[in-house]
Amino acid sequence: MEITLSSLLAGIVIMAAPLVLAALGETLTEKAGVVNLSLDGTILLAAMTGFLVASKFQSLTLGFLVASKFQSLTLGFLAAALTGSGVAALLATIGVWLGQSQVAVGFALTFLCRDLAYFLGNPYARQKGPQLATLPIPGLSEIPFLGKVLFTHSAIVYVSFLAIPCCYYFFYHSRLGLIVRSVGENPEGCWARGINPISVQMLATIAGGALIGLAGAAFSLAVKPGWGHPQGCEGIGWIALALVIFGSWNPIRVVMGAYFFGLLQVLGIYFQDSFTSIPPQIFQVAPFPLMIFTLVLIHLSRNTKNRTIARWMRLFSGKPPKWIGRTYKQS
Amino acid sequence: MNVKRFTNFSITQATTNGFLIGALALGTVSLLLVLLGISPAAIGYALINGSLSSWLKFSHVLTIWTPLLLCGCGLLFTFRAGLWNIGIEGQVVLGAIGATFLLRQEYSTLPPWALISLAMFCSFVGGALWGAFAGVLKNRGGVNEIFGGLGLNFVAQGFILWLILGPWKRAGIASMSGTDLFTRELWMFTPHGWRVAPAALIIGFVVFLLTGLLLSATRFGLQIKAVGKNPLAAPLFGIRPDMTGLCAMAIGGGFAGLAGGLQVICVYHRLIPSISSGYGYLALLVVMLANYKILPVPFICLFFACLAAGSIQLPIVLQIDSSLSGVIQGACVLSALLVHGLRKRKKGAA
Repeated sequence: MEITLSSLLAGIVIMAAPLVLAALGETLTEKAGVVNLSLDGTILLAAMTGFLVASKFQSLTLGFLVASKFQSLTLGFLAAALTGSGVAALLATIGVWLGQSQVAVGFALTFLCRDLAYFLGNPYARQKGPQLATLPIPGLSEIPFLGKVLFTHSAIVYVSFLAIPCCYYFFYHSRLGLIVRSVGENPEGCWARGINPISVQMLATIAGGALIGLAGAAFSLAVKPGWGHPQGCEGIGWIALALVIFGSWNPIRVVMGAYFFGLLQVLGIYFQDSFTSIPPQIFQVAPFPLMIFTLVLIHLSRNTKNRTIARWMRLFSGKPPKWIGRTYKQS
Repeated sequence: MNVKRFTNFSITQATTNGFLIGALALGTVSLLLVLLGISPAAIGYALINGSLSSWLKFSHVLTIWTPLLLCGCGLLFTFRAGLWNIGIEGQVVLGAIGATFLLRQEYSTLPPWALISLAMFCSFVGGALWGAFAGVLKNRGGVNEIFGGLGLNFVAQGFILWLILGPWKRAGIASMSGTDLFTRELWMFTPHGWRVAPAALIIGFVVFLLTGLLLSATRFGLQIKAVGKNPLAAPLFGIRPDMTGLCAMAIGGGFAGLAGGLQVICVYHRLIPSISSGYGYLALLVVMLANYKILPVPFICLFFACLAAGSIQLPIVLQIDSSLSGVIQGACVLSALLVHGLRKRKKGAA
């Protein structure tokens, strides 16, 4: 098989698309000071509902109205986003509003959603379903090298492109983003300024959940089309969670981490033939030691006395939201 | 008088909570099943039939119960110390690797019982080291035990895959089905008609008693509790929160490692990639459902083990995916979190 640089890069862009969406959703959640640990299960459940709804509506004829492929796929993505929001709403209700440990709720939800997805999706496993077609953008896709890398993909990949500047703008150039960030840093101060931190946290969690749900549908309707046990997207949620830390809660760095992981995955596929001694699963676990390493770096850069080292390390590290994972209690 | 009334009250409340949680969880799952056109009664019958109808089936339940109980005991230590030991899954894996490492050595002079005991010791050490590693990362590296533990779980998974496909591969061919089987003498003794090794049950009982004793009747247990309740006040009494937390992580990891060792020596008799069977994560759910208390842990472990064993038959008997057991377990834990949260809110409002 001939490997060209452009097809390699195009593969990375496709592989990373769901990861970008999920990691940005989790960044939004964590910026508001909430940890949504249910990522892995949510992605699976959303992948299942997205696939189910899309394939049901494909064969459904409402009187003389025949649902087009486009409509059924849109409904699939919508259903997946709603699933993600629903799970996140449950997490927010118990973890934020009722003040239970967010980690505990998220952890229980991960496993509940995963098993629910396998259980409910069992009758539809390994069935043919609709799939997003590639949609080359006219004009842009004819650019010699970049066109093939960036503009000959399915719609969800373009959505993942659009999500990046949107998130950046939201966090750093909009009033709402400022509110979300300040709730994550200092909810008591927000309360004093007339902002209800609990509502903001719940809304941010639900919005982040929608992005995470989209990531699920991106798998079952585009990147790894179909549903089964296993689906093939297991473990991605944990990786997205690791990427948020690896990117130290900065959306741009988080996304760079997602593309880096896409590179690892694509290299894993290409190297499978030439380096049979390295099992492909090794590439799957690579982000985790990197995540731990980053966290240690963050810690060291804060405590070191050597100024040059501190300056260099600051390039890689950032601060987590101060209130992350803690429960805000109105007094 | 007051004290007595207080304790009576809390026992009644615990019972009411238990009923509420059970009713909420089972009610929700039953409703879901009815909506899907499946009879909840048929499911209940199949689950009980698959787990409790004969000694052979129940002894299979016990093979799940033992590692689950060991992991649960380990988690009680870390939760008491205020630590969320999500890395327990990796500690189980490292325990299994430790046991396999010892059993692969050629000691022709040692009798099998000594080798098996040594292997169990190695599994404890393996799990304890992995747990302590997460603890050191937290103390020295500023890595929160949740993210560190999670990362180490995946590192452990990569490590076991590398061992199975690399240095410890089967003679001739590396395969995902695991390493070579151990010779028959190195299997833990299991009587005819049993699935579970009696020695494994004894280890489970002893560890549970030891956990109860250490946590509720010793100075060390009190220290752990003090650190968990208030890490800022503990140093005033000469307790070092970091060292106490590290000890709790090591002991918790060690018990989880024992579970991994049992999986190797009693159940699979070799190392397989999914050696932990997810028992570490399941034990986290158990201890959360027990509301981090010691006494309910073995009973909840038994309930979860029955569900896990009973659901194996579901795809054959009723053409239903066996993940239904996980749905029931998850629903129970989520209901518990909801009920306890509502109680807390009510108490806060009153």
